[in-house]
Amino acid sequence: MIEFTFWDILRNLVFATRWTVLLSIAAFVGGGVVGIAILFLRISKTKWMRRFASGYIALFQGTPLLMQLFLMFFGLPMLGFRIEPWTAAVLGLTFFASAYLAEIWRSGVDALPRGQWDAGASLGLHYVQELRLIILPQAFAITRAPVVGFLVQLIKATALTSIIGFEELLRTSNAINNATFEPFTVYGLVALIFFVLCYPLTQYARSLEARAAAR
Amino acid sequence: MGYSLDFGWLEGAAGAIARGAAMTVFLIVVTTIAGTLISVLAAAGRRSGPKWLKRAITVYVEVIRNTPFLVQLFFIFFGLPSLGIRLDPIVAAILAMTLNMAAYTTEIVGAGLDAVPKGQREAAAALGLRPRQVFVKIVLPQALKVIFPALTSQIVIMMLESSVVSQIAVSELTYEADMLQARTFRPFETYFVVAMIYLGLSILLRRLLVGVGRRTLSAGVT
Repeated sequence: MIEFTFWDILRNLVFATRWTVLLSIAAFVGGGVVGIAILFLRISKTKWMRRFASGYIALFQGTPLLMQLFLMFFGLPMLGFRIEPWTAAVLGLTFFASAYLAEIWRSGVDALPRGQWDAGASLGLHYVQELRLIILPQAFAITRAPVVGFLVQLIKATALTSIIGFEELLRTSNAINNATFEPFTVYGLVALIFFVLCYPLTQYARSLEARAAAR
Repeated sequence: MGYSLDFGWLEGAAGAIARGAAMTVFLIVVTTIAGTLISVLAAAGRRSGPKWLKRAITVYVEVIRNTPFLVQLFFIFFGLPSLGIRLDPIVAAILAMTLNMAAYTTEIVGAGLDAVPKGQREAAAALGLRPRQVFVKIVLPQALKVIFPALTSQIVIMMLESSVVSQIAVSELTYEADMLQARTFRPFETYFVVAMIYLGLSILLRRLLVGVGRRTLSAGVT
Protein backbone atom coordinates (compact mmCIF):
# COMPACT_ATOMS: atom_id res chain seq x y z
CA MET A 1 0.00 0.00 0.00
CA ILE A 2 1.34 3.38 -1.00
CA GLU A 3 1.08 6.19 1.53
CA PHE A 4 -0.30 9.45 0.15
CA THR A 5 0.62 12.60 2.01
CA PHE A 6 -1.40 15.78 1.63
CA TRP A 7 1.24 17.11 -0.76
CA ASP A 8 1.11 13.97 -2.90
CA ILE A 9 -2.63 14.42 -3.26
CA LEU A 10 -2.32 18.10 -4.09
CA ARG A 11 0.50 17.52 -6.58
CA ASN A 12 -1.42 14.82 -8.42
CA LEU A 13 -4.53 16.97 -8.57
CA VAL A 14 -2.66 20.01 -9.85
CA PHE A 15 -1.03 17.80 -12.48
CA ALA A 16 -4.43 16.52 -13.62
CA THR A 17 -5.72 20.09 -13.83
CA ARG A 18 -3.83 20.66 -17.09
CA TRP A 19 -6.25 18.25 -18.81
CA THR A 20 -9.21 20.20 -17.47
CA VAL A 21 -7.63 23.44 -18.72
CA LEU A 22 -6.69 21.94 -22.09
CA LEU A 23 -10.17 20.48 -22.59
CA SER A 24 -11.77 23.83 -21.67
CA ILE A 25 -9.60 25.67 -24.20
CA ALA A 26 -10.19 23.10 -26.95
CA ALA A 27 -13.96 23.14 -26.38
CA PHE A 28 -14.06 26.94 -26.19
CA VAL A 29 -12.12 27.39 -29.44
CA GLY A 30 -14.02 24.59 -31.20
CA GLY A 31 -17.31 25.87 -29.84
CA GLY A 32 -16.46 29.36 -31.05
CA VAL A 33 -15.76 28.17 -34.61
CA VAL A 34 -18.86 25.97 -34.86
CA GLY A 35 -20.84 28.64 -32.99
CA ILE A 36 -20.05 31.24 -35.67
CA ALA A 37 -21.27 28.81 -38.33
CA ILE A 38 -24.51 28.29 -36.39
CA LEU A 39 -24.80 32.05 -35.90
CA PHE A 40 -24.59 32.57 -39.69
CA LEU A 41 -27.43 30.09 -40.15
CA ARG A 42 -29.42 31.58 -37.27
CA ILE A 43 -29.41 35.11 -38.74
CA SER A 44 -29.56 34.03 -42.38
CA LYS A 45 -32.24 35.32 -44.75
CA THR A 46 -33.29 31.79 -45.69
CA LYS A 47 -36.07 30.38 -43.57
CA TRP A 48 -34.97 26.73 -43.41
CA MET A 49 -31.48 27.76 -42.31
CA ARG A 50 -32.88 29.83 -39.45
CA ARG A 51 -35.19 26.93 -38.52
CA PHE A 52 -32.31 24.46 -38.53
CA ALA A 53 -30.17 26.71 -36.31
CA SER A 54 -33.04 27.30 -33.86
CA GLY A 55 -33.65 23.56 -33.67
CA TYR A 56 -29.94 22.89 -33.13
CA ILE A 57 -29.78 25.42 -30.30
CA ALA A 58 -33.01 24.19 -28.69
CA LEU A 59 -31.76 20.60 -28.84
CA PHE A 60 -28.48 21.33 -27.05
CA GLN A 61 -30.04 23.69 -24.53
CA GLY A 62 -32.96 21.35 -23.81
CA THR A 63 -31.10 18.11 -23.11
CA PRO A 64 -28.58 17.32 -20.36
CA LEU A 65 -24.91 17.66 -21.31
CA LEU A 66 -24.37 14.19 -19.85
CA MET A 67 -26.77 12.73 -22.45
CA GLN A 68 -24.93 14.62 -25.21
CA LEU A 69 -21.63 13.16 -24.05
CA PHE A 70 -23.07 9.63 -23.86
CA LEU A 71 -24.55 9.92 -27.35
CA MET A 72 -21.20 11.15 -28.69
CA PHE A 73 -19.31 8.39 -26.89
CA PHE A 74 -21.62 5.54 -27.94
CA GLY A 75 -22.91 6.99 -31.20
CA LEU A 76 -19.71 7.78 -33.10
CA PRO A 77 -18.38 4.19 -32.95
CA MET A 78 -21.61 3.13 -34.67
CA LEU A 79 -20.69 5.34 -37.61
CA GLY A 80 -17.40 3.49 -37.80
CA PHE A 81 -15.16 5.95 -35.91
CA ARG A 82 -12.87 4.57 -33.27
CA ILE A 83 -13.32 6.93 -30.40
CA GLU A 84 -11.33 7.73 -27.28
CA PRO A 85 -12.83 9.48 -24.26
CA TRP A 86 -10.76 12.57 -25.18
CA THR A 87 -12.33 12.78 -28.66
CA ALA A 88 -15.85 12.27 -27.32
CA ALA A 89 -15.22 14.88 -24.61
CA VAL A 90 -13.87 17.52 -27.02
CA LEU A 91 -16.59 16.93 -29.62
CA GLY A 92 -19.40 16.78 -27.06
CA LEU A 93 -18.33 19.99 -25.33
CA THR A 94 -17.66 21.69 -28.68
CA PHE A 95 -21.23 21.14 -29.89
CA PHE A 96 -22.60 22.08 -26.46
CA ALA A 97 -20.57 25.31 -26.43
CA SER A 98 -21.43 26.17 -30.04
CA ALA A 99 -25.16 26.21 -29.28
CA TYR A 100 -24.76 28.56 -26.31
CA LEU A 101 -22.22 30.84 -28.00
CA ALA A 102 -24.35 31.12 -31.16
CA GLU A 103 -27.34 32.13 -29.02
CA ILE A 104 -25.30 34.71 -27.07
CA TRP A 105 -23.92 36.27 -30.25
CA ARG A 106 -27.34 36.23 -31.88
CA SER A 107 -28.64 38.33 -29.00
CA GLY A 108 -25.79 40.75 -29.74
CA VAL A 109 -26.71 40.92 -33.43
CA ASP A 110 -30.38 41.50 -32.52
CA ALA A 111 -29.44 44.28 -30.13
CA LEU A 112 -27.85 46.35 -32.91
CA PRO A 113 -30.05 49.05 -34.40
CA ARG A 114 -31.49 48.35 -37.84
CA GLY A 115 -29.67 51.44 -39.12
CA GLN A 116 -26.31 49.64 -38.86
CA TRP A 117 -27.41 47.23 -41.62
CA ASP A 118 -28.89 50.06 -43.68
CA ALA A 119 -25.73 52.13 -43.32
CA GLY A 120 -23.65 49.17 -44.47
CA ALA A 121 -25.88 48.62 -47.47
CA SER A 122 -25.83 52.30 -48.38
CA LEU A 123 -22.03 52.17 -48.48
CA GLY A 124 -22.37 49.46 -51.13
CA LEU A 125 -21.23 46.58 -48.93
CA HIS A 126 -22.67 43.18 -49.73
CA TYR A 127 -24.10 40.85 -47.06
CA VAL A 128 -20.88 39.11 -46.02
CA GLN A 129 -18.92 42.37 -45.92
CA GLU A 130 -21.64 43.97 -43.82
CA LEU A 131 -21.45 41.12 -41.34
CA ARG A 132 -17.67 41.04 -41.25
CA LEU A 133 -17.00 44.78 -41.09
CA ILE A 134 -20.00 46.23 -39.29
CA ILE A 135 -22.32 43.79 -37.55
CA LEU A 136 -20.15 41.05 -36.07
CA PRO A 137 -17.43 43.28 -34.52
CA GLN A 138 -20.12 45.21 -32.65
CA ALA A 139 -22.09 42.08 -31.72
CA PHE A 140 -18.95 40.43 -30.34
CA ALA A 141 -18.01 43.58 -28.42
CA ILE A 142 -21.34 43.95 -26.61
CA THR A 143 -21.57 40.25 -25.71
CA ARG A 144 -18.11 39.92 -24.17
CA ALA A 145 -19.46 39.65 -20.59
CA PRO A 146 -21.89 36.76 -21.25
CA VAL A 147 -19.24 34.95 -23.32
CA VAL A 148 -16.76 35.06 -20.42
CA GLY A 149 -19.62 33.98 -18.14
CA PHE A 150 -20.26 31.03 -20.42
CA LEU A 151 -16.55 30.11 -20.35
CA VAL A 152 -16.90 29.66 -16.58
CA GLN A 153 -19.89 27.37 -17.21
CA LEU A 154 -17.83 25.42 -19.76
CA ILE A 155 -14.89 24.92 -17.38
CA LYS A 156 -17.30 23.54 -14.78
CA ALA A 157 -18.95 21.37 -17.44
CA THR A 158 -15.64 19.60 -18.18
CA ALA A 159 -16.10 17.75 -14.86
CA LEU A 160 -18.86 15.71 -16.53
CA THR A 161 -16.37 14.17 -18.98
CA SER A 162 -14.99 12.17 -16.04
CA ILE A 163 -18.15 10.06 -16.33
CA ILE A 164 -17.32 8.94 -19.89
CA GLY A 165 -13.80 8.10 -18.75
CA PHE A 166 -11.73 11.16 -19.65
CA GLU A 167 -8.86 11.54 -17.17
CA GLU A 168 -9.37 15.12 -16.09
CA LEU A 169 -9.31 16.60 -12.61
CA LEU A 170 -12.40 14.93 -11.19
CA ARG A 171 -11.65 11.46 -12.54
CA THR A 172 -8.13 11.64 -11.16
CA SER A 173 -9.55 12.70 -7.81
CA ASN A 174 -11.92 9.71 -7.80
CA ALA A 175 -8.91 7.42 -8.25
CA ILE A 176 -6.96 9.21 -5.52
CA ASN A 177 -9.97 9.00 -3.23
CA ASN A 178 -10.20 5.26 -3.81
CA ALA A 179 -6.56 4.91 -2.76
CA THR A 180 -6.55 7.27 0.22
CA PHE A 181 -10.10 7.14 1.59
CA GLU A 182 -9.95 10.85 2.27
CA PRO A 183 -12.94 12.15 0.31
CA PHE A 184 -13.29 15.30 2.40
CA THR A 185 -9.75 16.47 1.60
CA VAL A 186 -9.73 15.23 -2.00
CA TYR A 187 -13.07 16.69 -3.13
CA GLY A 188 -12.45 19.82 -1.05
CA LEU A 189 -9.19 20.37 -2.97
CA VAL A 190 -10.89 19.67 -6.31
CA ALA A 191 -13.52 22.29 -5.49
CA LEU A 192 -10.74 24.71 -4.51
CA ILE A 193 -8.87 24.15 -7.80
CA PHE A 194 -12.03 24.74 -9.84
CA PHE A 195 -12.70 27.85 -7.77
CA VAL A 196 -9.20 29.18 -8.49
CA LEU A 197 -9.79 28.60 -12.22
CA CYS A 198 -13.28 30.09 -12.34
CA TYR A 199 -13.39 32.93 -9.82
CA PRO A 200 -11.04 35.33 -11.67
CA LEU A 201 -13.08 34.81 -14.85
CA THR A 202 -16.33 35.45 -12.96
CA GLN A 203 -14.88 38.69 -11.59
CA TYR A 204 -13.67 39.65 -15.08
CA ALA A 205 -17.16 39.03 -16.50
CA ARG A 206 -18.58 41.18 -13.73
CA SER A 207 -16.21 44.06 -14.45
CA LEU A 208 -17.05 43.84 -18.17
CA GLU A 209 -20.73 43.99 -17.28
CA ALA A 210 -20.23 47.00 -15.01
CA ARG A 211 -18.25 48.76 -17.75
CA ALA A 212 -20.98 48.04 -20.31
CA ALA A 213 -23.66 49.33 -17.93
CA ALA A 214 -21.69 52.54 -17.27
CA ARG A 215 -21.47 53.31 -20.98
CA MET B 1 -20.76 -0.92 -40.99
CA GLY B 2 -23.80 -3.12 -40.75
CA TYR B 3 -25.24 -1.53 -37.65
CA SER B 4 -28.96 -1.04 -37.53
CA LEU B 5 -30.85 0.80 -34.83
CA ASP B 6 -33.08 -1.35 -32.70
CA PHE B 7 -35.82 0.02 -30.48
CA GLY B 8 -37.47 -3.32 -29.76
CA TRP B 9 -36.42 -3.17 -26.11
CA LEU B 10 -38.53 -0.06 -25.54
CA GLU B 11 -41.72 -1.95 -24.81
CA GLY B 12 -40.32 -3.73 -21.77
CA ALA B 13 -38.49 -0.62 -20.60
CA ALA B 14 -41.39 1.81 -20.45
CA GLY B 15 -42.04 1.14 -16.77
CA ALA B 16 -38.43 1.78 -15.72
CA ILE B 17 -38.25 4.94 -17.82
CA ALA B 18 -41.52 6.24 -16.34
CA ARG B 19 -40.28 5.56 -12.79
CA GLY B 20 -37.02 7.36 -13.53
CA ALA B 21 -38.84 10.33 -15.04
CA ALA B 22 -41.11 10.50 -11.98
CA MET B 23 -38.05 10.64 -9.71
CA THR B 24 -36.51 13.41 -11.83
CA VAL B 25 -39.75 15.40 -11.59
CA PHE B 26 -39.89 14.82 -7.83
CA LEU B 27 -36.29 16.04 -7.40
CA ILE B 28 -36.85 19.22 -9.38
CA VAL B 29 -40.16 20.03 -7.63
CA VAL B 30 -38.59 19.75 -4.16
CA THR B 31 -35.50 21.67 -5.29
CA THR B 32 -37.53 24.45 -6.87
CA ILE B 33 -39.63 25.03 -3.75
CA ALA B 34 -36.76 24.79 -1.24
CA GLY B 35 -34.30 26.64 -3.47
CA THR B 36 -36.64 29.56 -4.13
CA LEU B 37 -37.47 29.96 -0.43
CA ILE B 38 -33.80 29.90 0.57
CA SER B 39 -32.85 32.35 -2.14
CA VAL B 40 -35.55 34.85 -1.09
CA LEU B 41 -34.21 34.71 2.49
CA ALA B 42 -30.60 34.91 1.32
CA ALA B 43 -31.25 37.79 -1.07
CA ALA B 44 -33.12 39.71 1.62
CA GLY B 45 -30.41 38.91 4.19
CA ARG B 46 -27.74 40.11 1.83
CA ARG B 47 -29.47 43.47 1.52
CA SER B 48 -30.58 44.19 5.07
CA GLY B 49 -28.85 41.70 7.37
CA PRO B 50 -25.87 42.24 9.69
CA LYS B 51 -22.44 42.48 8.10
CA TRP B 52 -21.28 38.93 8.97
CA LEU B 53 -24.43 37.50 7.38
CA LYS B 54 -23.95 39.52 4.21
CA ARG B 55 -20.37 38.27 3.97
CA ALA B 56 -21.36 34.63 4.64
CA ILE B 57 -24.03 34.73 1.92
CA THR B 58 -21.58 36.24 -0.56
CA VAL B 59 -19.02 33.50 0.17
CA TYR B 60 -21.70 30.81 -0.22
CA VAL B 61 -22.89 32.21 -3.55
CA GLU B 62 -19.38 32.58 -4.96
CA VAL B 63 -18.19 29.13 -3.87
CA ILE B 64 -21.20 27.39 -5.40
CA ARG B 65 -21.19 29.41 -8.61
CA ASN B 66 -17.50 28.80 -9.26
CA THR B 67 -17.33 25.03 -8.70
CA PRO B 68 -18.97 22.20 -10.70
CA PHE B 69 -22.23 20.73 -9.45
CA LEU B 70 -20.81 17.20 -9.73
CA VAL B 71 -17.95 18.11 -7.35
CA GLN B 72 -20.44 19.63 -4.89
CA LEU B 73 -22.48 16.44 -5.07
CA PHE B 74 -19.45 14.21 -4.43
CA PHE B 75 -18.31 16.46 -1.60
CA ILE B 76 -21.70 16.22 0.09
CA PHE B 77 -22.22 12.50 -0.53
CA PHE B 78 -18.67 11.15 -0.08
CA GLY B 79 -16.99 13.94 1.90
CA LEU B 80 -19.49 14.78 4.63
CA PRO B 81 -19.51 11.26 6.16
CA SER B 82 -15.93 12.05 7.33
CA LEU B 83 -17.55 14.65 9.57
CA GLY B 84 -20.08 12.11 10.75
CA ILE B 85 -22.86 13.36 8.45
CA ARG B 86 -24.06 10.36 6.49
CA LEU B 87 -26.81 11.04 3.98
CA ASP B 88 -29.12 8.86 1.97
CA PRO B 89 -28.41 9.29 -1.79
CA ILE B 90 -31.77 10.96 -2.39
CA VAL B 91 -31.29 13.34 0.54
CA ALA B 92 -27.75 14.13 -0.63
CA ALA B 93 -29.04 14.78 -4.15
CA ILE B 94 -31.81 17.10 -2.94
CA LEU B 95 -29.40 18.93 -0.64
CA ALA B 96 -26.81 19.39 -3.40
CA MET B 97 -29.41 20.49 -5.95
CA THR B 98 -31.07 22.90 -3.54
CA LEU B 99 -27.79 24.48 -2.42
CA ASN B 100 -26.69 24.76 -6.04
CA MET B 101 -29.89 26.29 -7.33
CA ALA B 102 -30.29 28.67 -4.38
CA ALA B 103 -26.87 30.20 -5.06
CA TYR B 104 -27.88 31.12 -8.61
CA THR B 105 -31.38 32.24 -7.71
CA THR B 106 -30.09 34.36 -4.80
CA GLU B 107 -28.39 36.55 -7.41
CA ILE B 108 -31.51 36.52 -9.58
CA VAL B 109 -33.91 37.38 -6.73
CA GLY B 110 -31.48 40.05 -5.54
CA ALA B 111 -31.53 41.70 -8.95
CA GLY B 112 -35.34 41.64 -8.79
CA LEU B 113 -35.39 43.26 -5.35
CA ASP B 114 -33.07 46.01 -6.60
CA ALA B 115 -35.36 46.62 -9.56
CA VAL B 116 -38.36 47.57 -7.38
CA PRO B 117 -38.44 51.39 -7.16
CA LYS B 118 -37.69 52.86 -3.75
CA GLY B 119 -40.95 54.81 -3.89
CA GLN B 120 -42.92 51.56 -3.58
CA ARG B 121 -41.32 50.87 -0.19
CA GLU B 122 -41.82 54.43 0.97
CA ALA B 123 -45.44 54.47 -0.14
CA ALA B 124 -46.15 51.19 1.67
CA ALA B 125 -44.45 52.47 4.84
CA ALA B 126 -46.42 55.70 4.60
CA LEU B 127 -49.63 53.63 4.53
CA GLY B 128 -48.62 52.18 7.89
CA LEU B 129 -47.46 48.69 6.80
CA ARG B 130 -44.87 47.08 9.01
CA PRO B 131 -41.43 46.36 7.43
CA ARG B 132 -42.20 42.65 7.02
CA GLN B 133 -45.54 43.42 5.37
CA VAL B 134 -43.80 45.87 3.05
CA PHE B 135 -41.40 43.15 1.97
CA VAL B 136 -43.86 40.28 1.62
CA LYS B 137 -46.85 42.14 0.18
CA ILE B 138 -45.30 44.98 -1.84
CA VAL B 139 -41.67 44.39 -2.75
CA LEU B 140 -41.44 40.61 -3.22
CA PRO B 141 -44.37 40.14 -5.66
CA GLN B 142 -43.04 42.90 -7.88
CA ALA B 143 -39.51 41.49 -7.71
CA LEU B 144 -40.72 37.97 -8.59
CA LYS B 145 -42.63 39.34 -11.53
CA VAL B 146 -39.51 40.97 -12.96
CA ILE B 147 -37.26 37.94 -12.48
CA PHE B 148 -39.73 35.25 -13.47
CA PRO B 149 -38.20 34.49 -16.88
CA ALA B 150 -34.70 34.17 -15.38
CA LEU B 151 -36.04 31.99 -12.58
CA THR B 152 -37.78 29.74 -15.11
CA SER B 153 -34.55 29.26 -17.08
CA GLN B 154 -32.63 28.43 -13.93
CA ILE B 155 -35.17 25.79 -12.91
CA VAL B 156 -34.98 24.15 -16.36
CA ILE B 157 -31.16 24.21 -16.23
CA MET B 158 -31.27 22.54 -12.80
CA MET B 159 -33.65 19.88 -14.10
CA LEU B 160 -31.19 19.03 -16.87
CA GLU B 161 -28.26 19.11 -14.48
CA SER B 162 -30.03 16.70 -12.14
CA SER B 163 -29.02 13.93 -14.57
CA VAL B 164 -25.63 13.75 -12.82
CA VAL B 165 -27.13 12.61 -9.52
CA SER B 166 -27.31 9.20 -11.24
CA GLN B 167 -23.62 9.05 -10.29
CA ILE B 168 -24.50 8.54 -6.62
CA ALA B 169 -27.12 5.91 -7.52
CA VAL B 170 -30.28 7.98 -7.19
CA SER B 171 -32.70 6.09 -9.42
CA GLU B 172 -33.78 8.99 -11.61
CA LEU B 173 -34.06 9.06 -15.38
CA THR B 174 -30.36 8.85 -16.27
CA TYR B 175 -29.74 6.11 -13.72
CA GLU B 176 -32.55 4.04 -15.22
CA ALA B 177 -30.99 4.63 -18.65
CA ASP B 178 -27.61 3.38 -17.38
CA MET B 179 -29.27 0.23 -16.05
CA LEU B 180 -31.25 -0.31 -19.26
CA GLN B 181 -28.29 0.04 -21.61
CA ALA B 182 -26.31 -2.42 -19.51
CA ARG B 183 -29.09 -4.92 -20.02
CA THR B 184 -29.99 -4.27 -23.66
CA PHE B 185 -26.48 -3.51 -24.99
CA ARG B 186 -28.12 -0.67 -26.92
CA PRO B 187 -26.51 2.38 -25.29
CA PHE B 188 -27.02 4.75 -28.22
CA GLU B 189 -30.72 4.02 -28.65
CA THR B 190 -31.29 4.11 -24.88
CA TYR B 191 -29.59 7.46 -24.33
CA PHE B 192 -31.24 8.86 -27.44
CA VAL B 193 -34.71 7.99 -26.15
CA VAL B 194 -33.91 9.33 -22.71
CA ALA B 195 -32.42 12.55 -24.14
CA MET B 196 -35.68 13.09 -26.03
CA ILE B 197 -37.62 12.55 -22.81
CA TYR B 198 -35.47 15.21 -21.13
CA LEU B 199 -36.17 17.52 -24.06
CA GLY B 200 -39.91 16.92 -23.63
CA LEU B 201 -39.67 17.45 -19.87
CA SER B 202 -37.79 20.73 -20.28
CA ILE B 203 -40.37 22.01 -22.77
CA LEU B 204 -43.25 20.94 -20.49
CA LEU B 205 -41.62 22.40 -17.40
CA ARG B 206 -41.07 25.73 -19.13
CA ARG B 207 -44.68 25.83 -20.37
CA LEU B 208 -45.97 24.95 -16.92
CA LEU B 209 -43.89 27.62 -15.17
CA VAL B 210 -44.90 30.24 -17.72
CA GLY B 211 -48.55 29.32 -17.09
CA VAL B 212 -48.11 29.53 -13.32
CA GLY B 213 -46.30 32.86 -13.68
CA ARG B 214 -49.05 34.32 -15.85
CA ARG B 215 -51.76 33.27 -13.45
CA THR B 216 -50.21 34.16 -10.09
CA LEU B 217 -47.94 37.09 -10.88
CA SER B 218 -49.43 38.20 -14.19
CA ALA B 219 -45.83 38.08 -15.36
CA GLY B 220 -45.61 38.43 -19.12
CA VAL B 221 -43.25 35.57 -19.89
CA THR B 222 -42.82 33.92 -23.24
